[in-house]
Amino acid sequence: MANVLVVTSGKGGVGKTTTSAAISSGLAMAGKKTAVIDFDVGLRNLDLIMGVERRVVYDIVNVIQGEASLNQALIRHKEVDNLYVLPASQTKDKDALTTEGVGEILESLANEGFDYIVCDSPAGIERGAQLAMYYADEAIVVTNPEVSSVRDSDRMLGILSSKSKRAENNESPIREHLLITRYAPDRVGTGEMLSVEDMQEILAVPLLGVIPESNAVLQASNAGRPVILDKNADAGQAYADAVARLLGEEREMRFIDAKGKSFLSRLFGRS
Amino acid sequence: MGLWDMFRPRAQDNSASVAKERLQILIAHERARGQDKTPHYFPEMREEILGVIRKYVDVDDDAVRFEVDHNEQYDLFELSITLPDRQDDRRAKKNT
Repeated sequence: MANVLVVTSGKGGVGKTTTSAAISSGLAMAGKKTAVIDFDVGLRNLDLIMGVERRVVYDIVNVIQGEASLNQALIRHKEVDNLYVLPASQTKDKDALTTEGVGEILESLANEGFDYIVCDSPAGIERGAQLAMYYADEAIVVTNPEVSSVRDSDRMLGILSSKSKRAENNESPIREHLLITRYAPDRVGTGEMLSVEDMQEILAVPLLGVIPESNAVLQASNAGRPVILDKNADAGQAYADAVARLLGEEREMRFIDAKGKSFLSRLFGRS
Repeated sequence: MGLWDMFRPRAQDNSASVAKERLQILIAHERARGQDKTPHYFPEMREEILGVIRKYVDVDDDAVRFEVDHNEQYDLFELSITLPDRQDDRRAKKNT
């Protein structure tokens, strides 16, 4: 049975696509056959973050409208085995996504033996975002330690529990995970940023991981190489931990305490 | 400024606690509203009923409580009005 995992947030620019790229890569590296789907029709970017932008021929709308087969549209990732990308359409109208069409694609992927289907949601709560979460079994709610992001995440949690297929059919609810991104422990220390505990208390969702604010994220998107592939980067390691937790492993949270600015660490520069 | 103050975060920096408090209030409010099952005509009906009451009695907004209780079989609409103090009422009449 394929596991449908939506990466969502409500607010834009918090790291949904970065997270979708990292988590799907991590799942594939763990041996899970994984597809990652861009639901942001009209503003596709997952292809760019995954580094497959020059190999896009067909997209999800072509598949829904019967202009291409699913296998023609799926792009196999060259660096990561078991990983496939289904891009969004850049030109078609976003109404081209239909509930039935998306359902058929997910079913075909499940029949092809995919273990995980990661749905990269667009920002907002419009059609694309609703369809990305509709069939979900699990949800990662990406949240920045910032008031508007936390509020939007709470709104999204409400939608996840009321407007999904599982909710409509009175099945067990979507398993929700909180992923905090762009976390700056030193700013939390000085009282100018919401802490992990604050956010957990407000949103009351199990914590999947904390991704620190990191230069590596911009470098990764510049290069078109999911940040999780950067094994030396703090953000890459934090995503690897999150994937391990998603797969049931227990791992302690890292990168949540301010770095000790000791005399020595200042002397020797970078930690 | 004492020596100790140098090691404490400045008050202006401690905006995270303000953020947390604002979010807790806002989100509690929004969640309550999200679960609100009152009919869509309710706000308008409320205004009209208030208008009728005010023809006869001078009541504050917070003296009128509208509530809908949801039971399995039926919804119960409850309206309660706290009338002004009788003494105030008499005084008001004397003045007119």
